[in-house]
Amino acid sequence: MALTGLDIFKLTPKKNCKDCGFPTCLAFSMKVAAGAMEIEKCPHMSEAALEKLSEATAPLMKTIKIGKGDNEYALGGETVLFRHEKTFVNRNRFAVIFSDSMGEEVIASKLENIRKVNYIRIGEKMQVEIAALKCTGNKEAYLNLIKRVKESGVALTYMLICEDAAILKDALELVKEDHPIVYGATKDNYEAMVSIVKGTKLPLGLKAGNLQELYELVEKVQDLEYKELLLAVEGASIKETFKNVVQMRRTALKEQDRKFGYPSVVFVNELSGNDKFMEIALASLFTLKYGSIVVLEDIDFAKALPLFALRQNVYTDPQRPMRVEPDVYGVNGADDNAPVLVTVDFALTYFIVAGEVERSKAPVWLAIPDAGGYSVLTAWAAGKFGGSSITKFIKESGIADKTKSRKLIIPGLVAVLKGEIEDELPGWEIIVGPEEAMHLPKFLKELQISTAAVNA
Amino acid sequence: MAFKMSVQDYKGKINEVEIGKGDKAFKIGGQATMAFYDFDGETGNSPKVGMEILDVFPEEWITSLKDLYKDVAHSPVEWAKFVEKELGPDFICLRFLGADPNGLDKSPEECGEIAKAVVEAIHLPLVIAGTGNHDKDAKLFEKVAAAVEGHNCLFLAATEDNYKTIGAAAGLAYGHKVGAESSVDINLAKQLNVLMGQLGVKYEDIAMNIGCSAVGYGFEYLISTVDRIRLAALGQNDKTLQMPIMTPVSFETWNVKETVAEEEDAPEWGDKEERGIAMEVSTAASIIAVGSDAVIVRHPKSLATIKNFTEAIA
Ligand code: B12
Ligand code: SF4
Repeated sequence: MALTGLDIFKLTPKKNCKDCGFPTCLAFSMKVAAGAMEIEKCPHMSEAALEKLSEATAPLMKTIKIGKGDNEYALGGETVLFRHEKTFVNRNRFAVIFSDSMGEEVIASKLENIRKVNYIRIGEKMQVEIAALKCTGNKEAYLNLIKRVKESGVALTYMLICEDAAILKDALELVKEDHPIVYGATKDNYEAMVSIVKGTKLPLGLKAGNLQELYELVEKVQDLEYKELLLAVEGASIKETFKNVVQMRRTALKEQDRKFGYPSVVFVNELSGNDKFMEIALASLFTLKYGSIVVLEDIDFAKALPLFALRQNVYTDPQRPMRVEPDVYGVNGADDNAPVLVTVDFALTYFIVAGEVERSKAPVWLAIPDAGGYSVLTAWAAGKFGGSSITKFIKESGIADKTKSRKLIIPGLVAVLKGEIEDELPGWEIIVGPEEAMHLPKFLKELQISTAAVNA
Repeated sequence: MAFKMSVQDYKGKINEVEIGKGDKAFKIGGQATMAFYDFDGETGNSPKVGMEILDVFPEEWITSLKDLYKDVAHSPVEWAKFVEKELGPDFICLRFLGADPNGLDKSPEECGEIAKAVVEAIHLPLVIAGTGNHDKDAKLFEKVAAAVEGHNCLFLAATEDNYKTIGAAAGLAYGHKVGAESSVDINLAKQLNVLMGQLGVKYEDIAMNIGCSAVGYGFEYLISTVDRIRLAALGQNDKTLQMPIMTPVSFETWNVKETVAEEEDAPEWGDKEERGIAMEVSTAASIIAVGSDAVIVRHPKSLATIKNFTEAIA
């Protein structure tokens, strides 16, 4: 809720001394509320009043940093409920659950999966970011689990899931340099939990059985002056959990109640009842709808390929679609004999095509004209990728100086452009390539063979 | 302090559209809220899941599905009966790939006969999908609409190019529901609905296909298009956008590299069939999560998962 003139007046000394240039504190306060005057202009505001004011103008959702160094991630900080209203800013992160009651085989297997499922998609890293380490009550077993995971050397941020403050204290000693999440403050233990993290700024996860309880818990923890928080409602049904996560985000961003203005944790592993594909469906749901940390049972490529790609899409800034710089790019040591392949500057298309060309090992010049950052068909339908724009680019790019080859390969989806380009580029052989980039390695190999045969 | 539930009241509502006849007919739409936000009001009918079958043997499909259907997929009638009995989707989508002018180019008359035989052999509602060639689909849907008159099928879909024929045949002459397909753009979706309305098709007889792509392939445009359509339909009571949405997920997700790559070519990626199901499930769950009222899938595991998912959340 934006502060009214009256709210601000209540915070002034009410001296009516005129030092701010206004006849009364009330007049001054009205101006500040209207955004026409800075609160600093009153030299007599108390510290407490200034703090209260800065609170009221603070972002509706806090940004919480987890992890350290290469494994540091920001969560929260969102300002809109729908990405088209501006953009989403801090992507959700995925966690894999470990528990101190799991056997060594299971732990080793999960760690190996996390290590394996680590790749680049359109220039961004795709990997599980968090190891969620759950304590079942046995201190020794828990400390061993933490050591085991840390010593594995797999790049991870840690979430310590433990409600026993005494165990937690010792556990923290093992990983506090890594700025882990401390998860498990409840209405019963929050004082002890807060005293452990006080002064460290470690992110503290609060959990409750329902929204009302969670709300009250946030109030209590905030009263203890701790605000590096993550929130979760545990034990609820899928439907209740969905409602809770949506309500938390809407309460912060629409109702402007900052008590729920913190990132969320969703234990999708517990909601999916050991059903891998249900886990994928639910993880997709909470990637789209306000989950900040999504906890999975395990990771493999079948899960990662859709989920990481979906996340990448959801968190793309609508104002800045992913594009690559129009240019000519040499692949596989392209030399003065290499043919030319043309595609669009849409980052997704470029990385797919470049990836397939790299796989083929064939030296190729990739010509990327300005196509508005659109996919092949979109650009073509929008008039941004056609005979004239392609031929103009080929002529102006100086590619004819970089290679003696006069073979120009065009995307199969725009085969119709062949004649037009032929007319505009005399001396060039226009070859219609496959519609799908995944057929490029085979296609380029056959091209190499037939070219060599001709030259032989 | 007491926590106060955040409630958003909307002026508008999504139309209810009934598909099929008899006791297996169902309705989609009817909600006055964003998907599953029951704290805001009426969430309407739960999303429906349909299975894709073809009018020809699915040569291009994955091995396990060809195996599953090996005894029935030579006959669309047998195939439809098998799917109804063994797999239990909410509806069946009969896709006339065999009518593709660049392929078998079956005649509209022949397709009409096939459609009639299929719809008479099953109780489940039938959705008719075409070739993607707008000219052929116009002729195809015209004949099929007449052939299946009385069964209240949904025709997926009319486009800007051919809506006059399809809207007239499906929506006016033969009493079916009309799909309205547009390219991931709220203005195009609106425009097509308006054009069909001008033709005389009732808004309540239309379901929109606002497009589809697999997750990772520009899916954000789908998300934002559906979000914006729903916010306009509900928040501004925009009657030209109050149609329910049907999304043919399987038409897109089985062609992307993640699904198609052979295990020899991508050994770390693991089992090919699992990857296909995963892409289909994630895409279907996601488009439902933003507001799609019905999805079409190919794999029985996707069907089971998405049905579980919608039951759990609706
Ligand atoms: C996302 C999307 C959009 C986004 C654009 C996102 C972007 N940055 O491009 C938005 C919403 C902006 C959009 C807009 C439009 N779109 Co659009 N859009 C899509 C959608 C859903 C996905 C496109 C995509 O991401 N493809 C993935 C990329 C990787 O594919 P690609 O670039 O083609 O690359 C592949 C191949 O071409 C090949 N390849 C690429 N380069 C090369 C090079 C060589 C040498 C070779 C051999 C192969 C090769 O390999 C790649 C991987 O396989 C498609 C439908 C679909 N599911 O495909 C429609 C689609 C492409 N859009 C379409 C249309 C009509 C439009 C609009 C013109 C609609 C309109 N009238 O406004 C507008 C145009 C934009 C404008 N402002 O005017 C149509 C095109 C129809 C046609 N046949 O011409 C489609 C097919 C949808 C449809 N069925 O109607 N669109
Ligand atoms: S300077 Fe401060 S105390 Fe004095 S009149 Fe202005 S607002 Fe009031």
